[in-house]
Amino acid sequence: MANISHTNESASSNLMARALREAFYAGLVAIGLFVLFVGLKTDQNILNELVLVQRWGLLAVFVAIAMVGRFLSVAYIRPWLDARKAAKAAAPTVEREAGFVARNFSLLALIALVVYPPVMVALFGFQGSLKWVDNFGIQILIYVMLAWGLNIVVGLAGLLDLGYVAFYAVGAYSYALLSSYFGLSFWLLLPMAGILAALWGTILGFPVLRLKGDYLAIVTLAFGEIIRLVLINWTAVTKGTFGISGIAKASVFGIWSFDVSASNNFAKAFGLPMSSAYYKIFLFYLALALCMLAAFVTIRLRRMPIGRAWEALREDEIACRSLGINTVTTKLTAFATGAMFGGIAGSFFAVRQGFVSPESFVFLESAIILAIVVLGGMGSLVGIAIAATVMIGGTELLREMDFLKQIFGPDFTPELYRMLIFGLAMIVVMVWKPRGFVGSREPTAFLRERKSVSGSFTKEGHG
Amino acid sequence: MALETDTMTKDPILKVEHLSMRFGGLMAINDLSFEAYRGDITALIGPNGAGKTTVFNCVTGFYKPTMGMITMRQKAGKEYLLERMSDYEVNRDAKVARTFQNIRLFSGLTVLENLLVAQHNKLMLASGYTILGLLGFPTYKRAVGQSIEQAKYWLDKANLTDRADDPAGDLPYGAQRRLEIARAMCTGPEFLCLDEPAAGLNPRESLALNELLRSIRKDTGTSILLIEHDMSVVMEISDHVVVLEYGQKISDGNPEHVKHDPKVIAAYLGVEDDEVEEVIEQIAEIAPGDTH
Repeated sequence: MANISHTNESASSNLMARALREAFYAGLVAIGLFVLFVGLKTDQNILNELVLVQRWGLLAVFVAIAMVGRFLSVAYIRPWLDARKAAKAAAPTVEREAGFVARNFSLLALIALVVYPPVMVALFGFQGSLKWVDNFGIQILIYVMLAWGLNIVVGLAGLLDLGYVAFYAVGAYSYALLSSYFGLSFWLLLPMAGILAALWGTILGFPVLRLKGDYLAIVTLAFGEIIRLVLINWTAVTKGTFGISGIAKASVFGIWSFDVSASNNFAKAFGLPMSSAYYKIFLFYLALALCMLAAFVTIRLRRMPIGRAWEALREDEIACRSLGINTVTTKLTAFATGAMFGGIAGSFFAVRQGFVSPESFVFLESAIILAIVVLGGMGSLVGIAIAATVMIGGTELLREMDFLKQIFGPDFTPELYRMLIFGLAMIVVMVWKPRGFVGSREPTAFLRERKSVSGSFTKEGHG
Repeated sequence: MALETDTMTKDPILKVEHLSMRFGGLMAINDLSFEAYRGDITALIGPNGAGKTTVFNCVTGFYKPTMGMITMRQKAGKEYLLERMSDYEVNRDAKVARTFQNIRLFSGLTVLENLLVAQHNKLMLASGYTILGLLGFPTYKRAVGQSIEQAKYWLDKANLTDRADDPAGDLPYGAQRRLEIARAMCTGPEFLCLDEPAAGLNPRESLALNELLRSIRKDTGTSILLIEHDMSVVMEISDHVVVLEYGQKISDGNPEHVKHDPKVIAAYLGVEDDEVEEVIEQIAEIAPGDTH
């Protein structure tokens, strides 16, 4: 016994010595790195002369941070991580019964979404709830729908599409143009926008069918840009960069309108005080319904032969062909179905904004939607919904971070750091969960028990 | 003449005539003609680089041959010119299925799903090209039930029932080989092409493979064409052996005949013709390990 405690003691003193030594080296490296960057600074004095400002105090802070960080990492954090890993390896892998929340996650999330607007109204009043229902609720739901649509192309069929925003634009402009030129109603144009976007998806699909991987990505990227440039330059129809404003609002199936002047105004019909919150809440539930439709169709499609063929295509295209699957039509249907959801989301976007312009459909949008799909875990609806909430909600939330001004001074504007924090968060998530939030795949059929397939077996697709 | 009377009694399912395949300056197959007979297990053997896999790729539509004609005659008498069809039509219409030398499974799909994907065209029809299936028509549910029964039958044959719900990528190598054959059989082929089904199998797994192939032929009447280096498999189960070297046929006949053909022995061991007699005895023992 004494012997063991003795070795333990000597080990810990060894560790401390090593930590101090490494902290010392880290300090040396930090001095070497920062002495010219931080320790010295060139500046101009009042006579416009170049002077050297010495900032030894700041350098000391930098070096101290490096040394303390290194010491803590070697002495405490790393042994703790190792011990945890060893404990995990030693413990027998017991199948833990999933908790109530984990088992019924989708249902609970749906209930939470349904009660979300009333709760917000109760908390912040009609006017105060606008921000939470519109900026957070509706916007996140639009991105969920877009990401679920892209998930069919990228997550299921494994075709990397960098120009997905083109279909979003097609949907938005279909509604904006057809409603302002021909006065067609939202309920007619919603499916029509989906169909038109699907048509464009097929048109894009044809020439790129022969391409794979990087080449496919580049061509889809080009397609996205072409659509945007057409929207900018075809001024006679699209009004170019001015965009189309005054897009008609949606009505409750044509029964109640949300136009203030209309005789069948929703608030008037029910004798409620006038507020724009009703329209936003209506749009929220509409977005929720469209999302549920997209989820239902996707879940159903995965169990159809076409859905299985998409996933098989992602796994191995040559094997698909050897089994008599026409990969051309399979890819085209994937493009068309994904584009259809994009188009529906687009027309919803147009009706919510009341204004569309080509600026809403830049490449960054495609990148964000793709990032949501990848972060969520390709192919997983729940993971993607979580990722959309985190990414879109997170960036919106950064606008609300006024307390940061108290820390960093009144000049600090957290909005400007949104993209930086956003990028850091993505890197952290990818290091921590390389296959996204939900990396495993649910099988579409089973004989005895449904076992989810670990992400290490599924492929990302190659074209 | 003698050859002709011999083939009269047998019904050729696949006829390869004057097949040539050129890759740039390389003549991978040069004027190759052979036949595979209905109900037979035909083996295509030859040293590395002889053009066996190229023949396979031509037969299954993955390559377009430079010259020649490949005729597939179905049981019902319908004929297909395979060299004119694209790869997926060869499977869907002509009912020719294949496996690959380097296994190509859908590794992220479960074993059962792999077998369901193989029944794509049948299910696609039953689901009314997805539309009826999406609306929940009972015809699709029935068809899925039948497909799962079919998959169960082949799982049982390939001895994979216990692993049905595991990802295909998680199976051991031998099981993956068997699954690939089962998947090809789920497409309901009349003619099955196997590219080195015994590669990398241990002797016990090789025996199980022999059993599987025999039972496929017996129970479904499917004719089999296989490329194989493992002579214990070739000599054991094949009825008919075609030997290739440098893209040309050097021997054709039953295993006994081929085994003693001096040209074959020379091709495999590279000996002079006058030394052939000496090595005939040795070859029976050396061949399996040496030619791999």
